[in-house]
Amino acid sequence: MTPAVEVRDVRKRYGKLDALDGISLTVEPGEFFALLGPNGAGKTTLISALGGLVRADSGELRVMGHDVIRDYREARRSLGIVPQEIVFDPFFSVRETLELQSGYFGLRGNGKWIDELLDRLALGPKADANMRSLSGGMKRRVLVAQALVHRPPVIVLDEPTAGVDVELRQTLWAFVRELNAAGHAIILTTHYLEEAQELCSRIAMMKAGRIVALDDTARLLAAFSERVLRVRFAGCELPAALSAGASLDAEGAWRLPVEGAAQVETALARLREAGARIEHLEVAEPELEEVFVKIMAKAGDATGARA
Amino acid sequence: MTGGFRTLLRKEVLRFWKVSFQTVAAPVLSSLLYLVIFSHALAAHVEAYPGVGYTQFLVPGLAMMSMLQNAFANSSSSLIQSKITGNIVFILLPPLTPGDIFGAYLLASVVRGLVVGAGVFLAVLFLVPLPLAHPLWALAFALVGSALLGALGIVAGIWAEKFDQLAAFQNFLVMPLTFLAGVFYSVKSLPPFWQAASQLNPFFYAIDGFRYGFFGQSDVPPGTSLAIATGTLCALSWLTLRLLRSGYKLRS
Repeated sequence: MTPAVEVRDVRKRYGKLDALDGISLTVEPGEFFALLGPNGAGKTTLISALGGLVRADSGELRVMGHDVIRDYREARRSLGIVPQEIVFDPFFSVRETLELQSGYFGLRGNGKWIDELLDRLALGPKADANMRSLSGGMKRRVLVAQALVHRPPVIVLDEPTAGVDVELRQTLWAFVRELNAAGHAIILTTHYLEEAQELCSRIAMMKAGRIVALDDTARLLAAFSERVLRVRFAGCELPAALSAGASLDAEGAWRLPVEGAAQVETALARLREAGARIEHLEVAEPELEEVFVKIMAKAGDATGARA
Repeated sequence: MTGGFRTLLRKEVLRFWKVSFQTVAAPVLSSLLYLVIFSHALAAHVEAYPGVGYTQFLVPGLAMMSMLQNAFANSSSSLIQSKITGNIVFILLPPLTPGDIFGAYLLASVVRGLVVGAGVFLAVLFLVPLPLAHPLWALAFALVGSALLGALGIVAGIWAEKFDQLAAFQNFLVMPLTFLAGVFYSVKSLPPFWQAASQLNPFFYAIDGFRYGFFGQSDVPPGTSLAIATGTLCALSWLTLRLLRSGYKLRS
């Protein structure tokens, strides 16, 4: 099957800065993919190169099998990008904006889909309002609608929830999940790691123009973070057998690293043998944030060594 | 040209039409003021062509000057505004070809030029009786002149990164070239050096040929003027398309 997005050894340099330093990745059709990394990692440059806003110095980028330079018309028809910055044309209303955007893709009579987009993004009441009069969150919804007017098989959302209220976030994610279920590939960049963890099946992490981790969300979580048994007890000290990697948190509970259910059993058995009275007990799930911090720290050492 | 071209043209026309008070009415008023002031000050002293009063002589020149300046303003201001506000991505992300973008901005500039030109004539219709010896020549020069400045506006809009750079382009290139193109005088009244200098100015041919359409008299034969103006338009169009294809200052 043709990949939704194929990036092969893409490089882009601005002066002395390697904005993209040999990026390769593939996103399959229907995949929900996260592109994470600190500011300046190169996420937006990569997205811009996909959309033809930035020209890569070398390497290849394809959208639905179409090269973004040689076959740019087909590539752009297959791609919908929601830009990170809120931009709008103050001369037009919401509906006019969406009609114009449809026209640029050669689509006439797109009114039915535009109505649906307005409805799904709760923009209906503002359809005839001038863009200038809309709040920031509303403007962002219009940007989402604009990226979807041509029903692209690949949708890229560049920090769509930055500075957006809870209600829009919920509406947006419900709609995007539905599009994903209908077969659209989604590429998401965000600084809200819990969003990426919840939505995305695969994650790429970038730093300084390079990919420093790329794997299934579940595997990344399993490889880079450990489950923790959090337990507060009275009646004895922490048995020496459990002290490896253990730490005491601010609430007086011990955090013990555990790999699976068997280790939880063992730890609890040791505590009982030592005469502990357990007051509180929980197993904390691994979090993407922890993985992210670990990977970035490791990548920092690596890039430091390279320089 | 693809389907997207039509939409982009429509958008570019709507853009100025929605603020027509500023983009059409204002330049028409400026032209009227020039007409009133210059004809009052100079009518008694100057006869540009035999049998043509100075006020009459002035009207086509002023109309053409407005057309040229507004055609330039249309494409250049639209592009710079889109670049600075960032909404240029709306036309860079869709599958529009360089030809679509060039054609739409150029034609919208021509439409703005023609609307402003028509406005000037409508406004003076009852004040100054004007012959129309060769309407097709007049139309041809109106089209080529507006297109020439529309294309120059695209180049300026692509090149400029800030409003003051665009203003410099306008104030130090477009304004002097239009003012010195024989709007207010016949170049035959100039000393030989300035006559020769005027003939290097492509805008001169647009104005001179346009005036031929009204009075049947001109400083240069209209065929020559049309050939030079069209040749300049072709050269500028080639340059503009090259810039758009290369992504110069639009796709980094």
